[in-house]
Amino acid sequence: MDLERIRKDFPILKTKVNGNDLVYLDNAATSQKPKLVIDSLVDYYENYNSNVHRGVHTLSVKATNEYEKSRSKVREFINADKDEEIIYTRNASESLNIIAYTWGSRNVNKDDDIFITPFEHHSNIVPWQELCKNKKANLKYIPLTESGDVDLDKFKSMIGTKTKLISITHMSNVLGTLLPVKEIINIANSTPAVTVIDACQSVPHMPVDVKDLDCDFLCFSGHKMLGPTGIGVLYGKFDILNEMPPFLFGGDMISEVTYEDAKWNDLPYKFEAGTPNIADAIGLGFACDYLKNIGMENVWNHEIEIGEYIFSKFKSLDNFEVLGEKSKEKRGGVVSFSHNKVHPHDIGSGLDQFGVAIRTGHHCAMPLVRSYGIVAASRASVYIYNTKEEIDIFINRLLEVEEYFK
Amino acid sequence: MSELSDFDDMYQEVIIDHYKNPRNSKKLSGNYDETKAHNPFCGDEIELQLIISEDRIVEKISVTGRGCAISQSSGSLMSDSVYGKSIEEVKNINLNVRAMLKDEELSDEDLDSIGDSYAIEGVKKFPVRIKCALLSWAALKELIDKY
Repeated sequence: MDLERIRKDFPILKTKVNGNDLVYLDNAATSQKPKLVIDSLVDYYENYNSNVHRGVHTLSVKATNEYEKSRSKVREFINADKDEEIIYTRNASESLNIIAYTWGSRNVNKDDDIFITPFEHHSNIVPWQELCKNKKANLKYIPLTESGDVDLDKFKSMIGTKTKLISITHMSNVLGTLLPVKEIINIANSTPAVTVIDACQSVPHMPVDVKDLDCDFLCFSGHKMLGPTGIGVLYGKFDILNEMPPFLFGGDMISEVTYEDAKWNDLPYKFEAGTPNIADAIGLGFACDYLKNIGMENVWNHEIEIGEYIFSKFKSLDNFEVLGEKSKEKRGGVVSFSHNKVHPHDIGSGLDQFGVAIRTGHHCAMPLVRSYGIVAASRASVYIYNTKEEIDIFINRLLEVEEYFK
Repeated sequence: MSELSDFDDMYQEVIIDHYKNPRNSKKLSGNYDETKAHNPFCGDEIELQLIISEDRIVEKISVTGRGCAISQSSGSLMSDSVYGKSIEEVKNINLNVRAMLKDEELSDEDLDSIGDSYAIEGVKKFPVRIKCALLSWAALKELIDKY
C-alpha cells in the first residue's frame, strides 16, 4: 500500500485546522472522500443529471445505467448473488428500520424473542425496542464473558423456537473489536430466526462476504466507506426480501396502479419508492472501485497495524484506560479511551486546537459506555490514509492536553 | 499551550483554577431548595442548593457535580457571582450571562453585574461548548424562577 499516494487522493488532508495539519481520527463517524468520488458527483450533476428508470432520452438512460452499475459494484463488493438483493437506502439506520417495520411487523409476535448484543449502536437497539413494545415481544441481550466478549455457550441455552430475529454488529464502533458473527449465525440457524448484521464498521474496513457469512440481512452506510452521505445499503437474501411487504409507498415501487389498488414492483425497486439518491449512489459505486483497487485485505491489515500501534501507546500511559482492554477478540483501527481525571470534551477541544480530530461523547452507544462506569469517552478511529506519524502527533498532543488540565 | 490564544480564551487561568478548586462546594444543611441539571450527551451534572432569605437574598449556595472543566468551573464561578445578590439581581445576571455567550451587545453595567463569571466569556468562540457553560445557569434559573 502506497500511503503517500493514497493521501494525495484525499483533498481534505491538505486542510489546516487551527493552523495545524489536519490529523483526522474520526473515521468511525464518517470517512473522508477521495477525489474520484467527489468528481463522480460533479460529473453527474454537470454532465448527465436526469431522473432514472423512466426516461427515454439520452441523459436519463445514462443516469439509469450509472445508477444500476453502482448497484452491481456494491453487490460485487460484498459478494452478494444478485443485484436485486442490494436495496439503496439513506444509511444503515434506515436499512435496519426497514427490516423492523416490514419483516418485523409481519413475523414477530407476542412473546417472541429478539436478540442483540450489549455492543450495539443506538441504530441497532432502538428499532428493536420499538418493535418489541408494539408486538409485546422480548428484546434480549446476548450475555458476556468475564473478558467482556459474547458468551456463546450461554447464548445457545437462551434460544429456541421463539427466537425470531438476531441482530448484531460485526465490529463494535466503540471498542473496535470484531464479534464472532459467523458462530452466532451458525447457532441462529438452529432456530427460525433471521440474522441481521450491522456492518457499518466492517464493510468499509475489511473483506466482507455475505455468502460466506450466510446472514439474512446486512446493513451499512456509504459515508463511512469513502462514499457520500445520504446513501446506505440494505442487503437481504432474495427470497426473504421478495416475501417482505414494501416500506414506503409511491412512485417507482409499483408495477401497476389503478384508481383502487396497486401491484408492487420487483426487487429491488419495491423498496426504493420515489426518486432515489442518484448522485450519491453513483458516488458510492466509485468508492467501492477505489477500495477494491487498494484491496480490502490491504485496508484491513493497515488498520490492524495502526490500531495496534495506538493500543500499545496507551498501554504505556498512566491515567488512561482503553475501553474493552481485556477483550480476547481481534480488533481493528478503533480505540476508545478515558482519562481518570480529564473529561473527554476537554480532551476533544484541546486536541482540536492542534488539528487532531477525535470523537468524544457516548458514540451513540450509551448503554455500552455506561457499562464501563463512565458517561462519555474519547475515541480515535483510523482509515487507509492514517499514518503512524499522525498517531505520534495525536499521542504527543494528548499528553500536552493532559498536562494543561492536570 | 500558551501559543493557542482561542483555547486559552476559553480555558482561562481562572477557569482552570475554579475547575480544580471549586468554590461553595459544601452541601448545605437546613431548609434549602435543590435541583439537578444534566446533559445526557456528555454526562455533565450540576447539583445546586440554595437558601433564599426572607428578604429575598441568596443567603447560601452550594454547587457540586461532575463533568468537563467548562461545566464545573462555570458552576463554581456562578456561585461567586450570585452569592449575596437579590432574586431580581440574580435573574438579571442569568440573562446577562446568556446574552454574553450569544455575543450580544451588553451595557457596562450589565457586564459588571456578571462579576467573576465574566471568565467564561471565551466559551462563545466554541459554540459546541456553550451548553456546558450554561448547565449551572439553567439549574439556577429553574430554582430562581419559583421566587
